[in-house]
Amino acid sequence: MISALFTYEFLQNAFLSGLIIGVIAPLLGLFIVVRRLALIADALSHVALAGIAGSLFLSQSVLMFSALNPVYLGMASAVGGSLLIERLRGAYKHFEELAIPIILSTGIGFGAIFISLAKGFSSDLVGYLFGSVSAVSRQDLWVVVIIAVVVVAFIRFFYKEMFALSFDKEYAKVSGINGKFIQIIFMIIVALVIGASMRIVGILLVSSLMTIPVAAAIQLAKSFKGALIYSIVIGELSVIIGLIAAFHLDIAPGGTIVITSIIILLLVLGWTKMKGKQPSKKAKEEFA
Amino acid sequence: MTKTIIECNDVNFRYEHSTVLENISLDVKEGEFWALIGPNGSGKSTLINIILGLLKADQGTVKLFGQDVDSFKQRERIGYVSQKSNSFNSGFPATVVEVVKSGLTRKVGLFKSFSKHDEQKALDALRIVKMEDFASKNIGELSGGQQQRVFIARALVGEPELLIMDEPTVGIDQKNVASFYSMLNELNGEHGIAILLVTHEIDLVTELATHVACLNRSIHFHGMQSEYKKMNDTDISLWYGHPVRRVHQEQKGI
Ligand SMILES: Nc1ncnc2c1ncn2[C@@H]1O[C@H](COP(=O)(O)OP(=O)(O)OP(=O)(O)O)[C@@H](O)[C@H]1O
Ligand SMILES: [Mg+2]
Repeated sequence: MISALFTYEFLQNAFLSGLIIGVIAPLLGLFIVVRRLALIADALSHVALAGIAGSLFLSQSVLMFSALNPVYLGMASAVGGSLLIERLRGAYKHFEELAIPIILSTGIGFGAIFISLAKGFSSDLVGYLFGSVSAVSRQDLWVVVIIAVVVVAFIRFFYKEMFALSFDKEYAKVSGINGKFIQIIFMIIVALVIGASMRIVGILLVSSLMTIPVAAAIQLAKSFKGALIYSIVIGELSVIIGLIAAFHLDIAPGGTIVITSIIILLLVLGWTKMKGKQPSKKAKEEFA
Repeated sequence: MTKTIIECNDVNFRYEHSTVLENISLDVKEGEFWALIGPNGSGKSTLINIILGLLKADQGTVKLFGQDVDSFKQRERIGYVSQKSNSFNSGFPATVVEVVKSGLTRKVGLFKSFSKHDEQKALDALRIVKMEDFASKNIGELSGGQQQRVFIARALVGEPELLIMDEPTVGIDQKNVASFYSMLNELNGEHGIAILLVTHEIDLVTELATHVACLNRSIHFHGMQSEYKKMNDTDISLWYGHPVRRVHQEQKGI
């Protein structure tokens, strides 16, 4: 495996992108989960599917599109979807979450139409659905790098605003934080990360990489900073183990990465449950 | 001349089916401590939300520090404790000190991170509400009253010039209510912070507040605390719409 990594450029691309995605997907995922928006990632990835399928279909029929990397159209439609969700959330003030299934169905609907028009599933499409170790090009890797820089800069500069908005939206508004602006930027970035991740984990499993490591992390962490660090560590662990397994077993990395993160989650849940049964030292001290 | 900090002028507000506020005019000036009282559903929280710009008055104007509330940007000058502070998601992964620090978000400014100094400020604010021992605890693991004290610390940490609190002492035990009120007294008396406090403790609070306003859709009384004390309970009961009896401190034998 190690020697193969040095020999094959495609493997380097896959591993480097994987390592980066293992950081940025759970990082954004933490903010998504604590705001109870876990399904947004799902909705946006299905919109990305429509874009990818559309691009694959157009590449068959329109010459101009045959040279275009489908990732771009996928990303663009996810960004469009994220803006639409924000719009709809405004329209349904008391049922904000309704925006999510509406956008999700729109994405799947268009996806189904384009897939049929393109005469069914091509092997390309399967790679986009479940991820692929061999399909990541240098160009894809660069896109991932650029998006990672944007994500890290955003979190670095808006960390305290994002925390305040996530913990208590009303208080954030009273204290003069421009929630609308930050929310729109955040949604666009989520869409970009989904676009960046889909080559490796696949459209259908992107949202899992954003939410499952976080689900495990919030079981372990007391502080927000702690949750952030645990999320990244667990995300990264899942990607590394998952990619190695995918390479050796020759299966789609989306599956191995997500199942690895599920196993970690189960271990964490088991561990916290065991710990919860016997009163901790601290609790004993407090009773004494 | 003393500055007017909150200026409500002929404010009217209705939710879809019912008028909640009618012709509300109320000024809070520098150094004043207002107690806003009134029965449940009388529109106190609604008025607070309008003052803070969370709701928009249908008619009338609200000014904060002399500026129209819609264009008022210096939000760090206000500290706020809402009536439903405790309604956050209790599984939220955040420590007490992280929550208190978030009260400094605006003051620290865009693109900057919290410093060690900000951390210290948060710990100081926690000391005021006697919660410093809980600084690194998860916020969801505290009792309701303890959480409420943390939210008071979050309102205080930015050293605001105006404190707006909607029933901040709900769920806080008697001993801590007393020390909380003496702290408000100190903030108002010694540091000159203006305070607008919504409360149901109609007898206790008037001992501290310099002014009292009684709201029930419209303002039935507003004025100095001494005038309020001179009123008889029958008048107040009339505004409340049900019998009210104030217990004076002397009678309680404190
Ligand atoms: N979101 C809303 N939609 C419709 N009506 C509302 C809404 N919020 C409050 N009301 C109504 O407005 C009136 C005033 O409510 P408000 O919360 O301001 O009362 P309050 O004086 O703060 O009461 P309390 O002492 O119980 O806190 C009530 O009759 C209430 O039913
Ligand atoms: Mg109220």
